[in-house]
Amino acid sequence: MVNPDTLKKLLIWLAAALLLALAWGLPASGALNPYVVQILMYVGINMILTLSLNLVNGYMGEFSVGHAGFMGIGAYVSAILTVWVLPRAWAPFAFPAVLVAGGLAAAAAGLIVAYPSFRTRGDYLAIVTLAFNMIVKSVLENLEVLGGPRGFLGMPRLTTLPWVVFWVVLTLLALRNLVYSNFGRGIMAIREDEVAANLTSVDTRRLKVYAFLVSAFFAGVAGGLFAHLLQFINPRSFSILKSTDMLVMVYLGGVGSLMGSLLGATIFTVLLELLRPLGLWRWVLGPLLLVLLMIFKPRGIMGFKEARLLETGQGYGGGAQGQAAAHAGGTG
Amino acid sequence: MPPLLEITDLSHNFGGLRAVSDFSLTVQEGELVGLIGPNGAGKTTIFNLITGVFRINQGRILFRGQDISAWASHRITAAGIARTFQTIRLFKELSALDNVRLGAFSRCRYSLWQSLRRSPGFREAEAAVTRRAYELLERFHLGRYAHVPARHLPYGEQRRLEMARALISGPQLLLLDEPAAGMNHAETEELIRLVGELKEEFSLTILLIEHQMRVVMNLCRRVTVLDFGETIASGPPQEIQHHPAVLEAYLGRDGELAGGEPGAGGRPPWLTP
Repeated sequence: MVNPDTLKKLLIWLAAALLLALAWGLPASGALNPYVVQILMYVGINMILTLSLNLVNGYMGEFSVGHAGFMGIGAYVSAILTVWVLPRAWAPFAFPAVLVAGGLAAAAAGLIVAYPSFRTRGDYLAIVTLAFNMIVKSVLENLEVLGGPRGFLGMPRLTTLPWVVFWVVLTLLALRNLVYSNFGRGIMAIREDEVAANLTSVDTRRLKVYAFLVSAFFAGVAGGLFAHLLQFINPRSFSILKSTDMLVMVYLGGVGSLMGSLLGATIFTVLLELLRPLGLWRWVLGPLLLVLLMIFKPRGIMGFKEARLLETGQGYGGGAQGQAAAHAGGTG
Repeated sequence: MPPLLEITDLSHNFGGLRAVSDFSLTVQEGELVGLIGPNGAGKTTIFNLITGVFRINQGRILFRGQDISAWASHRITAAGIARTFQTIRLFKELSALDNVRLGAFSRCRYSLWQSLRRSPGFREAEAAVTRRAYELLERFHLGRYAHVPARHLPYGEQRRLEMARALISGPQLLLLDEPAAGMNHAETEELIRLVGELKEEFSLTILLIEHQMRVVMNLCRRVTVLDFGETIASGPPQEIQHHPAVLEAYLGRDGELAGGEPGAGGRPPWLTP
């Protein structure tokens, strides 16, 4: 019998390769019009944001409401790199490194937010993250060098559909690997019962740092992709409203679920696009959806459930056979 | 060879309330010591002090000769002190398998980076901890619940799962906080047998909090009785049972009830062997 984990791995890599090929081929062949390609890229960026926020809000059970702050830091840092630091000709080749740099800057900020999380939980930590988001926004607004409230522009359009797909797949795999590891179990134990987690030897402080680092890193990468898609960013793009959108996507798709994150990001982004005729009113959708979700389905569509394809590490070595061996050998 | 656990002059206050007062206890390797007393006597507080849930302000705790008084909980647990809880504290949404694997958190030694890229070292460590977790689930007759969220398990199974989680890391000292709470007669008999077996099988030293005298009488050679944070008696359970201070703590000076509930013959049920 084939080990199910090996089979899943094969399937995931096949799907990823196919997706990348499609992302490359479809726009180039003209089968997808540029508008659709643009929406797909937004969906992808939102997937990265939702996956990364879900690590803290869904898996760890904290309530971070300032995720746009990390995204903003990633966006500005990567934009500064491509506009001021790197020669224009290098930019396309250095793009992955630029995104990683933006992610690292965001991760550094994640470290700052992780420290208060040692002492506060729930509502109080939510206030800390809210404050963080507001600080990032007002610092950006008051930095005249970066254009202040008018924003920062001049980035080359480096974000393409294949790049977005690449980063979505990378984020998904990294988070899946993290979630189905000792660290992931520890992070979920913090959500379930922090005291009991400490008493089963889980170093909760270290895990909180890890969770915020990884979460902020990918939010920063998403910010970089966003900046080089729009070619223009301003502080208002990274306000509480943006954070609210991310919360909606997490709680719509499902807390503590990777597949849920992908679903939530897709549904929300497409829905918002379809409601374009409503004009300004469509911005009411996000907050309204959040209120309704919290009342009627606080765990979202896939809450704490995972698609079989993404699950891993439930057996060991030989999968079902290994489990049978454990049954036979475990009685002694 | 120092004693496994040496508690000296441990005191703890909640606000103005003295929960534990000058508590001392030495436990040698291989012993099974009981800790009894009426509700609110400070038994669980002592467990919480040993395992670092509360910060120790007065007194000292040595584990294998090492001062662990200022250590964080996770470090104390990783050093070899595992515990269960009076009210079950499982990770409810997580599978029984994950609950048990979490018990071995400190035994999984790979880095964040290794886990993100699933390095060979990561795979080896995960396979090892998973294999051991399945073994423990089988040992506690929980194999068929491996992939079931802990909250769906029946009560007795949840109690056993807590023990499996505590034992996977191979602790030297096990703290059991009222393991027979909420169990009927037959289940209690079964538990007494299980604790005795586990002690041999896992070479454990056990410190046990229990209300039911039957459990203590059957398992412990030595018992310490607490009342309002003070140690009022210490010795073999047969002696303790008739100790005047103990009877007074539970029954009151004039035979009125101060502690536990009335039982047959004017004795609280926990005192009835």
